[in-house]
Amino acid sequence: MLQSAMDAAAVVFVTAGVFFFIVSTVGLLRLPDVYTRLHATSKADTLGAGLCLIGAILHLGWTLTSIKLLLVVVFIWVTSPTAAHLIGKAAYRARVRPACGEFAIFDVREEEDS
Amino acid sequence: MELVLQTASYILVVLLFLCLYRAVVGPSVPDRVAAINLVGTKTVTMLVFVALATDQLFFFDIALVYALISFLMTVGMAKYFETGNLG
Repeated sequence: MLQSAMDAAAVVFVTAGVFFFIVSTVGLLRLPDVYTRLHATSKADTLGAGLCLIGAILHLGWTLTSIKLLLVVVFIWVTSPTAAHLIGKAAYRARVRPACGEFAIFDVREEEDS
Repeated sequence: MELVLQTASYILVVLLFLCLYRAVVGPSVPDRVAAINLVGTKTVTMLVFVALATDQLFFFDIALVYALISFLMTVGMAKYFETGNLG
């Protein structure tokens, strides 16, 4: 009984994660510039992969391998916002322009040097 | 459960090739890096699904190492694009 309930919850979690993957891929293909695309892809990293792997943990139950999977989830949750921030910072410093609006030139490097 | 895992893996393969479109066409370098970062995350998820569907649980170690290598690739690419060297 408990196992079937956990399996049903796992199916719900995996479906929600795949839904977020689909949404973020549509965002990556359709949004106009690099900053909005980064906004879409970081959702896939945290919500999509997180929900899918939590579904896998629920399917496995309380074993040692599920703790290993929890480690993967925590690692992805720590690193993927960091990676998105690094890509955005590199794009800003390389003067990649957004699709519309003013590009406020604020040179962080000169600020750090002075 | 196996049917759900297989269907999710098939959907993720299709989405992965759609991401490769952005990685090939993408107008600037950070677009390509973001697309490859998303490809890495989907590969980690697919490795976990394949491990559960085929009952080969040692694939979880490969997923962990793949996540680590993907993060290192993103950091290295961002730093190289920003400063022009890796020093």
